[in-house]
Amino acid sequence: MMVMDRSNRATAPTAPAPGAQAEATAEATAGVYGPLKISAQGVDVFYGDKQALKQVDLDIHENQVTALIGPSGCGKSTFLRCLNRMNDVIESARVRGTILLDGQNIYDRDLDVVTLRARVGMVFQKPNPFPKSIYDNVAYGPRIHGIGSGKAELDEIVATSLERAGLLKEVKDRLHEPGTGLSGGQQQRLCIARAIAVNPDVILMDEPCSALDPIATARVEELIDELRENYTIVIVTHSMQQAARVSQRTAFFHLGELVEVGDTEQIFTSPRDERTQGYITGRFG
Amino acid sequence: MQLTILATTLLLLTLIGFYLGRSRAVASAGGNRRQLHSLPGYHGVYVALWCGLPALFIVALWLVVEPHVIEALVLSGLPEGMTDVGPGQLSLLINEIRNAANGVSFFGEPNPAVVAAAERYNALHQIGFAAMGVVAAAAAIGGLAWARRRIAPNMRARNRVEKAIMAILIVLSTISVLTTIGIVLSLLFESIRFFSRVPVTEFLFGLQWSPQTAIREDQVGSSGAFGAVPLFAGTMLITLIAMCVAVPVGLLSAIYLADYASPRVRSVVKPVLEVLAGIPTVVYGFFAALTVAPFVRDAGASAGLDVASFSALAAGLVMGIMIIPYVSSLSDDVMNAVPQTLRDGSYALGATKSETIRQVVFPAALPGIVGAILLAVSRAIGETMIVVMAAGLAANLTANPLEAVTTVTVQIVTLLVGDQEFDSAKTLAAFALGLLLFCVTLILNIIALRVVRKYREKYD
Repeated sequence: MMVMDRSNRATAPTAPAPGAQAEATAEATAGVYGPLKISAQGVDVFYGDKQALKQVDLDIHENQVTALIGPSGCGKSTFLRCLNRMNDVIESARVRGTILLDGQNIYDRDLDVVTLRARVGMVFQKPNPFPKSIYDNVAYGPRIHGIGSGKAELDEIVATSLERAGLLKEVKDRLHEPGTGLSGGQQQRLCIARAIAVNPDVILMDEPCSALDPIATARVEELIDELRENYTIVIVTHSMQQAARVSQRTAFFHLGELVEVGDTEQIFTSPRDERTQGYITGRFG
Repeated sequence: MQLTILATTLLLLTLIGFYLGRSRAVASAGGNRRQLHSLPGYHGVYVALWCGLPALFIVALWLVVEPHVIEALVLSGLPEGMTDVGPGQLSLLINEIRNAANGVSFFGEPNPAVVAAAERYNALHQIGFAAMGVVAAAAAIGGLAWARRRIAPNMRARNRVEKAIMAILIVLSTISVLTTIGIVLSLLFESIRFFSRVPVTEFLFGLQWSPQTAIREDQVGSSGAFGAVPLFAGTMLITLIAMCVAVPVGLLSAIYLADYASPRVRSVVKPVLEVLAGIPTVVYGFFAALTVAPFVRDAGASAGLDVASFSALAAGLVMGIMIIPYVSSLSDDVMNAVPQTLRDGSYALGATKSETIRQVVFPAALPGIVGAILLAVSRAIGETMIVVMAAGLAANLTANPLEAVTTVTVQIVTLLVGDQEFDSAKTLAAFALGLLLFCVTLILNIIALRVVRKYREKYD
């Protein structure tokens, strides 16, 4: 089982130096954007004895797309999974530090994971529709959380979610056919519809386009841009072009550390750290 | 003894053939192995096969044919009149000669003609065996020499050896298939003999099972009734009870193992559960007869119910316990095969563990689980030992689990145990029951395997 160190930085005074620079960067840019949605402070993650994240401090702002980039194994997916406590599922994972969602620590003892995940949705790397009908896939979350009591209300939620995910037109006539029968891109948009059906505040996306072809990718990227109006989005991506296209802020991770965070434009045009420079110019990673 | 010597000789020759072939191959390439088409070892095996296989074939053929030839020779040497008898008498005579040849006598002082025939039999047997040894050895040496002469650097020994290996494998698998077919056919023919005495419709739809037939004309109360319905009803009742135990327990423990247990617990619990499958059924049988059946009867009595001392309930309960590992192990495997990404997708929507299992994992694994249950059912239907010991013999047509019932397997056992006439309707009925049982379990297995395969195609 997962062991959680609930102490936040106020009670654990030993905050080592490595995070300080990143924190300063985050604070410097915070004023420019909308209100703070998520604030990670001194997050450490261990898989068994291996430390996957070291003292990460990162602020995520409302109605904005924040891209997490970095070479494989740098901890960006690990960080993403901390934000809705999906690391709980992994046997050996241990998380330390504080992550505030609207000012509340999500690693608090009395926080209910179920409500947290209803507020922080997630879309995975590989489209993973349930082996159910398209309708049931989207209605899955609302049913679990008791949203939409009557059939009419549920129909409404399903239709709106599919509409927002830009899928309604394509599947309108076959809502009761299996979701696994859709194409890869459609499946991924179905998963996005499934995530927004429970009306979350934040949507986490873990390389949502890596299993899709360029056309489907473009479609999903468009969608992400539209969703920004209503949701706060955090996206992990391997493609720097994608980060540049869809995000407003970019955070660069390297070897478990948050190296640099800032305006996407700034990161890609004038990175402050030479590791970031090296990565975005393709010298490593 | 003599056969052992012969076999050892042939084996030795084969081994010699291997080494001769290998060294000859190396020599033929002038010591340069790279000029050989195949590795020297393949040349060795090639020669060894040519040495061993023909000899083995000859020995096998000889052992099959020789007794018939010798029999014919011995019979033709007997005095006139002794062989002019019916086939039954003739085979009796042959047996007598054989026994005399082996120095065994059941009928006091044997007939001098038989003694003479036995001597002839022994002599012929000796000659035959010696001839076989000579011919087999000659075949081995001939094959060895011929194959060795054919070795050349460009000979495709590897391809030939591979072909020979394939042929050997085909022959062996054919033997197993033919054996199965043979068993089924013998069931079928005996059943046909049974159905010539008892109509098929009576057997399949008759409600009365009482397989006592009169041996003598003057016996009473032994008319014989061969309606299989009570037996199948009893089998189904006990199977149903067993499944009522095995399905919930097995399925829930599979869910625990697949989704709740930590890897360490799982690595201990799963093998332990599978030990249940390794307990001999006879142990379950006396557990059922000596512990569970009296317990059920006493419990029933204290509840004011009239429970037979060999109740269907007791046998079914124990059989259910026996079947648990079949259900749990297979279900656990199929639930583990459900991709983790589906579980993650459900957790990420805020579903709890039990919601995820009920609404995602279980439906996705359902076809495999159904397959597992069907396999368990066919196991339960064919199970014999527990019901023989705990279910009783009374062929009651009832749905009451507290009464004694009997099953198909139990009746097959009782029909064939003890001294029986082998062509009476009573014994032949066992074959018909066996055939019917075989058909039922075969159909169940086919359905189960199809269901499981359909499921596999979905996720691999």
